[in-house]
Amino acid sequence: MSCILVVEEARRDGSTRVFQETLAAGRRLAELTGLAVEAAGVGEPGRNIFAQITGAQPAAGHAIRHELLAAYTADGYTLAFEQLIRRLEPRYVLFPHSYQARDFVPGLAARFGQALIGDVTAIGEGPTFARQLYQGRMHATYRHAGGGPCFLSIQNGAFRADEGAGGTMPVSEFTPALEPAQIRTRPGTPFRETAQTVDLSSAQRIVGVGRGIKDAEKLPLVEDLAGALGAELGASRPICDNGWLPMERQVGSSGQTVAPKLYLAVGISGAIQHLVGMKGSQCIVAINKDPDAPIFEVADYGIVGDLFEVVPALTEAVKAAR
Amino acid sequence: MKIVVAIKQVPDRDAAIRMAPGAKEIDERELQWAMNEPDAYALEEALQLKEKHGGEVIVASAGPERVGTTIREALAKGADRAIHIVADDLGARDALGVARLLARAVAPESPDLVLTGLQSEDRGEGQTGVILAELLGLPHATLILHVDRTETGLRVKRELEEGWHQWIEMPIPAVLTMQSGGNKLRYATLMGIKRAKAKELRAVSAAELGVDATPAIVLEGMAAPQKQKSTQILRGSPREAAAELVEKLKTEARVL
Repeated sequence: MSCILVVEEARRDGSTRVFQETLAAGRRLAELTGLAVEAAGVGEPGRNIFAQITGAQPAAGHAIRHELLAAYTADGYTLAFEQLIRRLEPRYVLFPHSYQARDFVPGLAARFGQALIGDVTAIGEGPTFARQLYQGRMHATYRHAGGGPCFLSIQNGAFRADEGAGGTMPVSEFTPALEPAQIRTRPGTPFRETAQTVDLSSAQRIVGVGRGIKDAEKLPLVEDLAGALGAELGASRPICDNGWLPMERQVGSSGQTVAPKLYLAVGISGAIQHLVGMKGSQCIVAINKDPDAPIFEVADYGIVGDLFEVVPALTEAVKAAR
Repeated sequence: MKIVVAIKQVPDRDAAIRMAPGAKEIDERELQWAMNEPDAYALEEALQLKEKHGGEVIVASAGPERVGTTIREALAKGADRAIHIVADDLGARDALGVARLLARAVAPESPDLVLTGLQSEDRGEGQTGVILAELLGLPHATLILHVDRTETGLRVKRELEEGWHQWIEMPIPAVLTMQSGGNKLRYATLMGIKRAKAKELRAVSAAELGVDATPAIVLEGMAAPQKQKSTQILRGSPREAAAELVEKLKTEARVL
């Protein structure tokens, strides 16, 4: 009873959007292979894990329940999914490419002699699976060599969730065999470092600054531009890692997700971790010295040049136009 | 504490990445190479733990001959000795295949802690540390920003999505994958570079380790990405390009 098993994950706010996108990837794979899509998820007793699924429903759901899975641990989830996968023998197992999946799925796959194809952006005939390499500078396609289940994680936003009306499906309960001693880590309660004082998600315009700025002392250049545009200042991860701007200004997978009317990327190459946080912006402008930088793939307007010359000129031009 | 740090040599960030003609891999001929940055943070954490608690820091790296320069850099920064797993076919192995090499080379050291970066800047799979833990039979935690030694093991700070964090307590031995930004990276000093030359660098061939190189996933092809949008590149002097951009943002995109 070979199937495509899609694993549920809910965000902290209860949103299951990334799961629904992963289900869409599963349906794409179903078209190509003729296999049925089934869903699996971990949940406390009584919770209907699959209640939020919109559009075409999976053929079946598998609700994994165990008191030792109340808080996520890599050990608990690896054991539980290993047992479910051995029972169902799916041909493909799909996860959202989340921090949680990245924490345990590579080990789970290794247990089956498999390697995860991670952060998949597209599924083609074959089937083949596309993912990015070299910080987005190359796109590669992979296929599974066979001989066991194929483990995939699906990039956030790469597939569009089916928005049709929901429905029902048969759900069976699965209780894995788990012992307390098998859970070797003790996770604490998640917390936020400091109260977020900068809400970039509601900004109309953002000037994002990246590694190309080279030196904290050059930041006033982009601050002036942001000032002239009436924009908030955002940054890619390395800028915040260096302590040049506070972490709360970070845009990307480990920072904030933004969708302003205007996103102006200065000296940002466009690694995937940054792109997922800003590619939904209405208008994207990139200033970068490297014409091959992946940021230009998502930009509406681009200037290839030295930001130390272009940014002051742009600040003047914006001031002159206002 | 005996700490092993798994590091990878990757193309320098500013290197132009181009396809090798008729091949499935990139053209390596004129590339500059560097230590994978998240691995540099793992090394930094290991060196700080050693400074606080004593012990030994051993770096392990797989790859061809050229990897030696990155290993020397780690030794110059303060690692005590190194293991170079000499393999010319890293690109043909999948994440499991590479982790098997590292696990086989690292296991005889019986380390208290294995650290590595959360992902590499070339393939970006982010799997090596987690698979290493599985193969070594050790508990692990990923995306770690801070490590405290406790009486029974470790207390580590893990990054979650959207600005959230959590503390995790775990026993040792263990494997951690380090997020960047938790520490400030040190530079190698002249004295360090001098001392590194005398440190032990043991080479072991992939063949000697006797690891199956057959991949579970196969690279079909690779290409430079196609643009998702048609980007208008504005040319001319900085002043001309800036003026044209402002005009377009006002009248075409209507975002000013």
